[in-house]
Amino acid sequence: MNALPLLSVLTALPIVGAAAVLVIGAGCHLRARWTAFSFSLLSLALSLFLWCNFCSATGTMQFVERAPWLPSLGIEYHLGIDGIGLLMVLLSAILVPMAVLASSHVKERASLYFALMLLLQSGLFGAFTALNFFHWFLFWELSLIPAFFLIRLWGGPRRAAASTMFFVYTMVGSVTLLLSFLALYIATGTFDFLALAQMAQQHQLLPAVAAHFTGANYGGISGARLLLLLFWGAFLGFAVKVPIMPFHTWLPEAYAEAPSGVTMLLTGAMSKMGVYGFLRILLPIFGQQMQWMRSPLMTFAVATIVLAPFAALVQKDLKRAFAYSSINHLGYCLLAVFAIAAPFGAVADKSSALAGALLQMFNHGLTAAALFWFVALMEQRTGGLRGVNDFGGLRKPAPVFCGLMGIALFSSLGLPGLNGFVGEFLLFKGFFPLAPIASSISLIALLTTAMLLLTILQRVFTGPVSERWSSFPDLTVAERISLAPVIALMFVLGVWPQLFLGPLAATISEYVSKLM
Amino acid sequence: MNASWIVTHLWLIPVLPALAAGIAALLPQSRRITAASLAVGAMFGSLLLALCAFANVLMHLGGEESARAVVNFNWLQFGGSWLRLGWMLDPLTAVMLVMVTFVGLCIFIFSIGYMAHDANFTRFFCFLSLFAAAMLGVLISNSLLLLFICWELVGLTSYLLIGFWYQKPSAAAAAKKAFITTRIGDLGLFAGMLWLSYSAGTLLFYDNGSGAMEHTALAVLASHITAIGISAATAIALLIFCGAAGKSGQFPLHVWLPDAMEGPTPVSALIHAATMVAAGVFLVARVYPLMSFGILAGGSTTALTVVTWVGAFTALFAACIAVAQQDIKRILAYSTVSQLGYMMLGIGVGGVAVGMFHLITHAFFKALLFLGAGSVIHGCHDEQDIRSMGGLRKYMPVTFAVYGIGMLALCGFPLFFSGFWSKDAILHSASLWSVSRIPFYMGSFAALLTAFYMTRQVAQVFFGKYRGDSHHAPHESPAVMTVPLILLAAFAILLGAIGTPLWPWFTSFLHGEVATFDAAGFSEPGLVPVMLTSSCIVFLGLGLGWWLYGSKPRQTAAEPDTLEVATPWLFRVLGDRLYFDELYAATVFRLNAGLAIAADWLDRSFWNGIVQTVIASVIALSEINTTVESSGINAGFDGGCSSVSFSGRLLSHLQNGQVQRSLRAIGIALVILLLAWFAFSWSVKA
Repeated sequence: MNALPLLSVLTALPIVGAAAVLVIGAGCHLRARWTAFSFSLLSLALSLFLWCNFCSATGTMQFVERAPWLPSLGIEYHLGIDGIGLLMVLLSAILVPMAVLASSHVKERASLYFALMLLLQSGLFGAFTALNFFHWFLFWELSLIPAFFLIRLWGGPRRAAASTMFFVYTMVGSVTLLLSFLALYIATGTFDFLALAQMAQQHQLLPAVAAHFTGANYGGISGARLLLLLFWGAFLGFAVKVPIMPFHTWLPEAYAEAPSGVTMLLTGAMSKMGVYGFLRILLPIFGQQMQWMRSPLMTFAVATIVLAPFAALVQKDLKRAFAYSSINHLGYCLLAVFAIAAPFGAVADKSSALAGALLQMFNHGLTAAALFWFVALMEQRTGGLRGVNDFGGLRKPAPVFCGLMGIALFSSLGLPGLNGFVGEFLLFKGFFPLAPIASSISLIALLTTAMLLLTILQRVFTGPVSERWSSFPDLTVAERISLAPVIALMFVLGVWPQLFLGPLAATISEYVSKLM
Repeated sequence: MNASWIVTHLWLIPVLPALAAGIAALLPQSRRITAASLAVGAMFGSLLLALCAFANVLMHLGGEESARAVVNFNWLQFGGSWLRLGWMLDPLTAVMLVMVTFVGLCIFIFSIGYMAHDANFTRFFCFLSLFAAAMLGVLISNSLLLLFICWELVGLTSYLLIGFWYQKPSAAAAAKKAFITTRIGDLGLFAGMLWLSYSAGTLLFYDNGSGAMEHTALAVLASHITAIGISAATAIALLIFCGAAGKSGQFPLHVWLPDAMEGPTPVSALIHAATMVAAGVFLVARVYPLMSFGILAGGSTTALTVVTWVGAFTALFAACIAVAQQDIKRILAYSTVSQLGYMMLGIGVGGVAVGMFHLITHAFFKALLFLGAGSVIHGCHDEQDIRSMGGLRKYMPVTFAVYGIGMLALCGFPLFFSGFWSKDAILHSASLWSVSRIPFYMGSFAALLTAFYMTRQVAQVFFGKYRGDSHHAPHESPAVMTVPLILLAAFAILLGAIGTPLWPWFTSFLHGEVATFDAAGFSEPGLVPVMLTSSCIVFLGLGLGWWLYGSKPRQTAAEPDTLEVATPWLFRVLGDRLYFDELYAATVFRLNAGLAIAADWLDRSFWNGIVQTVIASVIALSEINTTVESSGINAGFDGGCSSVSFSGRLLSHLQNGQVQRSLRAIGIALVILLLAWFAFSWSVKA
């Protein structure tokens, strides 16, 4: 245990940053942006400090902070991260500076915009470090509110409908999630994730729920059935967030209408909150229920994986196309979650699937955010154009732009040598033995995704360049410098994945051993 | 083989060109000389190292130790397990390394002349170096995963180079088609890799007895019978073959290769004739222990039988199509498809050595032919249609001479050309194949067609009179282009010497043995009759071609083809490439488009429709019954959930009616949910 409450500092830092942006940046968008950027860099530095001080030999929670909070309700202030949390914290810390840089076009009420962005980051940090449901839920919701306002106030022409849909969807999911955990709390008297997981592992959760909710007052529902209902309630909350088909229809709309900087955070980090929820909360606590429901869940996941890229093929808007592609990429993570819930299977396979899912979460966050960044740059250059068919031949006037976006597209496609491939390979290697049919069907999506991304590359960058785009500006030096670290990270992770998998190894072993 | 310096540093061979590519990628377009010298220098370094590796294998031939050396290392860790990769040096790797680096070097030098006027010269050498790195990586991999990684990178560079003239929409489309088509095959390879990893527990080929290509693992794979009645070994072998078929343009995945000729000609020579497309054949050779496990002398396995039939069919049908093409590069492209079919056929019926020998000889003479075609195209001011050429032997004597050598080698002209010996070994093995004689007949007929279409091409390009623009007479290419041609031509002849029945050095080398001179090689059953038959076939093809095209040369470019006059329908069907592109457009692409529209509809109309209906009905309910809002349940809920009410308060500041209505809707929905829950529970109790 550290003397300094690092995780609390990490969570509080962006809030302080938000206040600072409001004060310092009032009335000047440049000052607002640079203040926000500085604070996001501070968070990044702190996250890297955590990364460096993280003990990779152990898979248990580290940097733990624990204190009574509302003792009368049994609510503790309980923070800690294992490898999974660490990875997500790092991802959030990397994405926010990217999003701030990509939002250079925001001039109107800029201080509010960047303050909300930092508030969103605080929500992310809080949710990825909390180990108590009450605390976690506060931050889960906290991240939603700034996201809503960012879409509502700075979004595209259909922003009102998109933000409402986003909010309603997520809210319904949150409410069922909350109800489920309230029921669990009533039955067990605790909101603590680790305690609940331990009860589930020792087969005490079901008796506790059954003991509390039996009798005429509760309609005589059996404990097992009630717990299953609670599982679906919690499931809905996460399923909407990731999202998994058919709870995804808010996403293309929200991603397309949100300003691109916000889309980067939505897809890069907020969607990971859903997957993180599946891994940290749903699988450890409702593992039994997930096993029972494995077939329908896998069907959902395979549908998500296979249908999303097909839907992406006909999208005219680049952001919508990338949005569907995002759904597909996260579908693999979910398939991995459902596959490792199986009561059978080898430790090595489950470890591989889990390692793949974690890498995929990080890789997708990085790559998808980069792609939306490129779309943002296109919009800034063309006054908001981002249709697949709006361009053509851009490689001629903007070769560097094309080259770097090409790298990001190929990373998304899963080209070996770049980050996407390692995650996808480990995922498939892991769930091929655990779920052979589901993974065989999912292979189709690898092809469809390739078609999608190459079509985009072809339509936007190749062919004769029209008069209109013959002076499309290439990336400026500043843009190159800000994109370079992201692109470099794609190469580093593609060639040397051990950099990330090393610190995660103990966590993965620990996680899988608890599943067995 | 003990771990000598070259074995532990074998990774340098692909890394040198990779570094050159990396540096060239960062260079500005104006640094043309730097980029070219980096690429050529790195390739030369790789060639030297490859020769070292080759010498190292030679020194260990026939020795006590195995002729294979492997170096494995940990790559990544998932939980408690490590994933290992590795490289290896064995005779197969050594001979391929030398071939790829040598042919590559020739083509790099040729490109300096050929691409001299291109604006993206620097980028071109960057991509070429990247290709070389990936290809050499495929060759030294001792792990199916590492091989797959490099394999996909080879595919990427092929994509980049086919689409090098990206402003031509046809080039961009061809690049995409190549990537997608090969990726279809690669999905099979990927699935095979997953299965192998699961069943064998490793993806390393050789690992001191526990590798996937070693006896223990193979025995396990062969004994495991799958639900469809074939062994796991066969299933994996066939899946891997899918990948090989995609890369090597085997039927039915051949459609991308002719289109790939949209790329610059040196690219066609290096990637789409000599090296990359042969990677599929190399892969089959690499996993030959898996393909052939349990084979009896003179027999075959299911996997090898499939390889044989696919190869034989591809050899024949691509040769048919080549007869009716008019583009100098497309004729060569179909010829390449056909010859790749031969190689597969050779591996299927005769084993690794037979197929690989043809791969090596073909690499030299086909690279020669493509570069020769490049020289012709260059000399004729970017004309590619053979109808508009003619009489070039007078204008381009050097090109004519080397092209003639390449053409005779490809046709398999007896005794003096390498192609004769390598093709003959395949036909001889096919004639002895226990399963069926038909592949032998298919191969022989394809040999006849090969001689015919090459004579047709050479007669129209080099003989008769020049039919192009008479104001711009064709010119011979500069020395930087002709010298590599002459080098390749020398090898197109000399290489035959290492694979004759008299001194079967190549076969012995691949088996790790020392070759001996033995005149008894010719007394193998059926060898001499097959040689005589194939010689007759070649002469027949040459004669037929000369009779139809050489004896009365075409006078104008517009004149119909001799065959077209004789059988217009056949010529058109073959000229239209047997309508495979149209067939795929009508089936695969239409299915794909249909699925895309269906998936989009499902989203927009179906799911979204349901959601909108639910929201609308809930909102309608809330409008009617506003009192429910203040009911005990809702108030209690609001009290319990601080965050929701917090956000509610925030939202009310926004004064957005719609959101407030939605929030109200959520409240109502909750009540309904709770009511439904109780109703459900009561019904369960009752």
